[in-house]
Amino acid sequence: MELQIDDSFLISAYMNGDERALETLINKHNQRITSFIYSKVMDRDVTEDIFQDTFIKVIRTLKKGSYIDEGKFLPWVMRIAHNLIIDHYRKNKRLPKFEAGDDFNIFSIIGDEKLNAEKQLIKDQIDTDLRELIEELPGDQKEVLFMRIYKDMSFKEISENTGVSINTALGRMRYALINLRKLIEKNNIVLTN
Amino acid sequence: MEKIYPENVATCELIKAQPETVRFLLDFSRSLSIVEHKGMKFEGNIN
Repeated sequence: MELQIDDSFLISAYMNGDERALETLINKHNQRITSFIYSKVMDRDVTEDIFQDTFIKVIRTLKKGSYIDEGKFLPWVMRIAHNLIIDHYRKNKRLPKFEAGDDFNIFSIIGDEKLNAEKQLIKDQIDTDLRELIEELPGDQKEVLFMRIYKDMSFKEISENTGVSINTALGRMRYALINLRKLIEKNNIVLTN
Repeated sequence: MEKIYPENVATCELIKAQPETVRFLLDFSRSLSIVEHKGMKFEGNIN
């Protein structure tokens, strides 16, 4: 049976200069942290990068003596990884992507956001199909979905307007989306532009 | 209200970081030194 050493003991040993304690800490939590990151980004290379950046932050904090041990080492590391995952998605959204090659076209990375005539037609068709599907939902779910998506109301406002609790409104929204997906599958509708 | 429960689908895949990544982190840790001067902490890399 593998001996499980307490995180607090390992952290304390590492902060006192025992580098082997860090190896034990990383190996102990490697699978949980890596699997968590992978479940969010679904890319092995990105997972490795985020795992590495996470532990660089951990190492810096521990070496500076800024870490206050409250017996929550793993949740703390998970939080760092979570923030780095968010940073990764923000960065990817902000940076324009283009493929390097001979047939590079500047319009693949710049252009106005207005839809062309064809895409506008497709969008109108999708909007119409979606409205027809929403009409098939049960009344209470349809009401919440309309208020949230089309009227842009918060769940607090929806709960005040419909006389139900916020949790009930959230539940109705959830069931509305589940049922909508089922209707889309049932009718073989493609709702992508 | 209609109750529809989604089927449980195992989407969790258990994986580990590559040994090279772990080795890099251990080397990084060994090379990192923190120097404190007048209440400020400075990072340095000893290679």
